Amino acid sequence: MKRLQERAQNRPTGESPIIRMAVRVMIPFIQLFGLYVIVHGHYSPGGGFQGGVILGASFILMALAFDLKTTTDYFSEKANAILGNAGALIFTGLGALTAILGGLWLDYSALDRIIPLGPIEWRSMGIFLVEVGVGLAVMSIMVSLYWDLASGGDMDEGL
Amino acid sequence: MKNLALLATLVTGAILLYGTKDFAPWGDPGSPAATHLSPYYIENAVEQTHVPNLVTAVLGDYRGYDTMFETVVIYCAGMAVVSVLRRPKR
Amino acid sequence: MEGILAEIVAKYNYWLYVVLMMIGFYAMIGKRNLVKKLLGMNIFQTAIILFFVSTGVKRGGGIPILDKYKVLEHGVDVAQVVNPLPHVLMLTAIVVAVSITGVALAILQRIYREYGTLEEDEILEKVGE
Repeated sequence: MKRLQERAQNRPTGESPIIRMAVRVMIPFIQLFGLYVIVHGHYSPGGGFQGGVILGASFILMALAFDLKTTTDYFSEKANAILGNAGALIFTGLGALTAILGGLWLDYSALDRIIPLGPIEWRSMGIFLVEVGVGLAVMSIMVSLYWDLASGGDMDEGL
Repeated sequence: MKNLALLATLVTGAILLYGTKDFAPWGDPGSPAATHLSPYYIENAVEQTHVPNLVTAVLGDYRGYDTMFETVVIYCAGMAVVSVLRRPKR
Repeated sequence: MEGILAEIVAKYNYWLYVVLMMIGFYAMIGKRNLVKKLLGMNIFQTAIILFFVSTGVKRGGGIPILDKYKVLEHGVDVAQVVNPLPHVLMLTAIVVAVSITGVALAILQRIYREYGTLEEDEILEKVGE
């Protein structure tokens, strides 16, 4: 909050304080909603893709209302790369794990041999883990696409 | 050039419109798309995975292979954009 | 005439998607500006996505989110639930469309940086020099 305020005061081109205030208030709720959409994908419309896009949109909104540097202060490029790789690795790694444990590729009921929850519960659980991986990967790629396209690859001021 | 493009578009559109003659009417429960594979998912998905949202069940479990490579596709897209646009820092 | 009209009314969704697809297709092959071509491709993809989702519709069908305990006890009537398969396929297609758009915009930016224009004719002239 403090850094956002300093950033807003130092900004040479003054944008509307109404927009900055509204975005500052909205961003935590948007991110909370994105997490809700990811983890509640079993019981309501939602899942990894949709929740990941909502999470990414919150960072894009921050970059639009303030500037690109503000976003990289809060969510560094390194963290973004780590999260994106982790998301893709969770999915493929889970597939490899089930294959190693003796099931088919991505047959989550094979995970029952590590923690016995029952094969059907593990299929539900496996879908949840996969959705989390997809959500992380999609969020990271969305933010990275916006950063590169808005600044032309320079990662400076942005739009 | 523009006229050629318009002609190609109109011919393609006319062929496709002729093709709609064989489609099932809108919202027909007995259409081929609704009678071959999807009844299996609708009847068995909840029992086999305990996930009430059928779209999530099919996306994450029955078609997990598809979704996995799709995650790889967007990952590759991100890498491609970074490698096409990023300039070395001066 | 009567027959054609009845046909259009029964399948108006497919006719609308074909018209939308024709708009996108014309923009892809008829326009000389690369950004307009990209927009045409997006319209084309939207038409395909709408077409697939509309094949999953059943008259009187509910959303494909069921009541777990009711289904485990009594089973489910297939005609009461819309087809979930096209929704899954199009969910993946939408994300692929987003990544295609992202890569295409990146390549367009690179072309603009290299040639200073996005008009096809001018780029071809500069390539020929």
